[in-house]
Amino acid sequence: MLFGLGNFRGGVHPDGQKEASARHPILTSLPLPEKLYLPLCQHSGDDARPLVQPGERVLKGQRIAAASGRLSANIHAPTSGIITAVDTITMPHPSGLPANAMILEPDGLEQWTVLNPPADPYQTPPEELAGLVEEAGIVGMGGAIFPAAIKLRQGRRFEIKTLIVNGSECEPYLTTDDRLMRERAEEIVEGTRLVRYIIEAYRAVIAVEDNKPEAIAALQKAAEGVGSIEVVVVPARYPMGSAKQLIHAVTGYEVPAGKRSNDIGVLVHNVATVYAIQQALIYGRPLISRVTTVAGGCVGLPQNVEALLGTPIRHLFEHSKGLHGTPSRLLMGGPMMGQILPSLDVPLIKGSSGILALNRAEVNTHVPSPCIRCGRCVDACPMGLLPLDMARSSKLDDFDRAQEAGLRDCILCGSCAYVCPSHIPLVQYFEYAKGELAERRNSQQKLSYTQELMSARKERLAAEAEAKKAAKKAKKARPKKPVAADSSAVTDNTDAPAGTEEKV
Amino acid sequence: MSADVNHSPSASPHAHDRSSIDRLMLRVCLALTPVTLWGFYCFGWPAIILFAVTTLAAIVTEMGCLYLMGQPISRVKDNSAMLTGWMLALTLPPWAPWWIGVGGAFFAIAIGKQIYGGIGQNLFNPALLARIALLISFPVQLTTWVNVTPLNSPAAPDFITSVGIIFAGAPLADGMTGATWLGAGKAAAAGGAHLGEMIRQDFSLHDAFFGLTRGSMGETSELLALLGGLYLLIRRVISWHIPVALLGTLALLALVSEHVNPDSYAGPLFHLTSGGVMIGAFFYATEYVTSPSTPAGKIIFGIGCGALLFAIRSWGGFPEAVAFAILLMNTFTPLIDRAFKPRAYGRTRAGNAIKHVSAARKVV
Repeated sequence: MLFGLGNFRGGVHPDGQKEASARHPILTSLPLPEKLYLPLCQHSGDDARPLVQPGERVLKGQRIAAASGRLSANIHAPTSGIITAVDTITMPHPSGLPANAMILEPDGLEQWTVLNPPADPYQTPPEELAGLVEEAGIVGMGGAIFPAAIKLRQGRRFEIKTLIVNGSECEPYLTTDDRLMRERAEEIVEGTRLVRYIIEAYRAVIAVEDNKPEAIAALQKAAEGVGSIEVVVVPARYPMGSAKQLIHAVTGYEVPAGKRSNDIGVLVHNVATVYAIQQALIYGRPLISRVTTVAGGCVGLPQNVEALLGTPIRHLFEHSKGLHGTPSRLLMGGPMMGQILPSLDVPLIKGSSGILALNRAEVNTHVPSPCIRCGRCVDACPMGLLPLDMARSSKLDDFDRAQEAGLRDCILCGSCAYVCPSHIPLVQYFEYAKGELAERRNSQQKLSYTQELMSARKERLAAEAEAKKAAKKAKKARPKKPVAADSSAVTDNTDAPAGTEEKV
Repeated sequence: MSADVNHSPSASPHAHDRSSIDRLMLRVCLALTPVTLWGFYCFGWPAIILFAVTTLAAIVTEMGCLYLMGQPISRVKDNSAMLTGWMLALTLPPWAPWWIGVGGAFFAIAIGKQIYGGIGQNLFNPALLARIALLISFPVQLTTWVNVTPLNSPAAPDFITSVGIIFAGAPLADGMTGATWLGAGKAAAAGGAHLGEMIRQDFSLHDAFFGLTRGSMGETSELLALLGGLYLLIRRVISWHIPVALLGTLALLALVSEHVNPDSYAGPLFHLTSGGVMIGAFFYATEYVTSPSTPAGKIIFGIGCGALLFAIRSWGGFPEAVAFAILLMNTFTPLIDRAFKPRAYGRTRAGNAIKHVSAARKVV
């Protein structure tokens, strides 16, 4: 494309490893697992509040936990059955820390609750549609897990020139978006239309990397005749799926530091999110399942599976011809930014774009050696930062300098660590530094709040003392005047607190 | 922890492009192989023996330093010490005595690299630092340039004689040595001779480029050094910035000065094919640790090297200046890295957020 459009600086070309799972159609006939584990927090923000008691029967699609707090999302029953408990389970997170979840025992009846889709979404006010998206519990399904309705409402406050639907699945192994675009292109185009209608965007673009020709063809066919929806092909390069890089590739603009894409009139939604929005607004279906890639060298049959939320990932592997060998690494998400899973007994959640079981040969198990300043990380950084300096400063706990070298703009994409010949865990340093900075900010806030309280107290005490003095003075002055019989009562009153004086 | 998985906490990314320091270093060695073999051919057994001794000494010194510093000795397997020894050997006069090679290798590794804290920490290119230390300490040995005596020629010493030359300091026959073209040019210019005239008479572009000239082992063939450099470029071991900036600056300065005063200045072709320019531009100036890490910084570094190279060759006291120019620019690397940073996404070069017109809807 002309003038750097369709491109961004840096980036890497990791080995795709997508063929194995991209070959097979999405498996939609996954048997019900014995139990579903539904964490109350599958989104960024606060835990949802359970609405049903253990022992109650719920219907498929019934809301079982309500968004609570400013940033949260609803959770619905993925199938009909009994809520057996609200208990702590191991979360799909490297820490393996427990979190609250609702446990649902399916009854196998798959009995739907009553769904109320709008009669004609395009005749429904956009705000109301955003409300329905919120009701459906939809979050960013590319892994951002930010509540979609909040993003839509934010979008309405801006003049959105370009809505970008992100079909640039740049993580190796992952093919969920690819398969979804191939098999459900019409729904995605419909969803794009709906989102465009809600945020009143001028232009809607579905951006797909050029390594997914089938998906591009399917979308182009589906978008034919719909009008006003473009399918834009962008070069396949990691991290093309990152919003900032994709915006630059599609529009040629950069999001200014410290601003959101809204500020320059762009809104990005993942294709899977758009699909979920279409399902919610056309059929009234809440978000109760998702397509996820089950892949990696240890998986018998790498494929995409449409699975109910809360399905234990062990169940997903079992229905992908099992695992051979003990995986060297179990991941949720792709190998570039995915997180390690502590065990197979964690559930699939709204943000799980892939479940990978990698064997020894597929993971980087090298021992780090010193930095030789080769500068490959500088060349690879899609943000134009100096990863080697950021890492050095982070290592020395010189966080201000790390910020200056680029930590403040770092998107933790891992391109630097991917190409580092010294195998330095750069992202680990950055995460550490970001964590420490957040900690520092928190304690700074705490400190300034305490200081505020202290000074307020001082002021209050000073004011009280002042008032007391003034009152005393007034009292001293008063007896000179002719006083009635109650004068003795007043003189007895000298020890009373300042406040009582006022009433006199 | 569950037995389902070999769980070890580790941050992303979990994939890697499979590059490693040892493989990078091996690639550089591979790129240096043609020029090295050509050196062996031109200067025979003594050169081969000196090369082996120097490289081995570098490896042994590295192991000793790692041991003393309490670091894993296995780190020597990153091949960086071998490369340093190799690169030092290429800068030495091919028939230099063994202790030049061993002493130089020890200096390069122990003083040039490990004293700073080991790999990645040194300020100067270790091989060049050692070469300069040797040149200043032992000027005679470091400027004894033997004639080209190909392995199969009658003048070439056999293995036993070569051992004598390197280890016992056996005297060389008269007429076996001479000056390099750069040295001759410098001497001629100092004597008030006509440099342009001299070059027109003596200098052979063909010999200089293909490598049938007196000089260090790695200095003879500019062609093979260039080919090795191109290999490094194609395999993305180095980027084009430093070599292009260095060679371009040198050529430009030589062209202009020759144009202004052809009597006292040699032209770009002479400069580009003499001494260690090619190997210096592609292999020594691009050494990772001691050159800037950003594209803009690399260009500045290359320009600096080229300009210094030309200045020292033209007006300085030494005939050859590649090592001096690169070492001098090495000192500027931290400064250059500080001054020439890439522009971050969403920011201006100064680091402020780029300006934009807010797309916020006006509240009516």
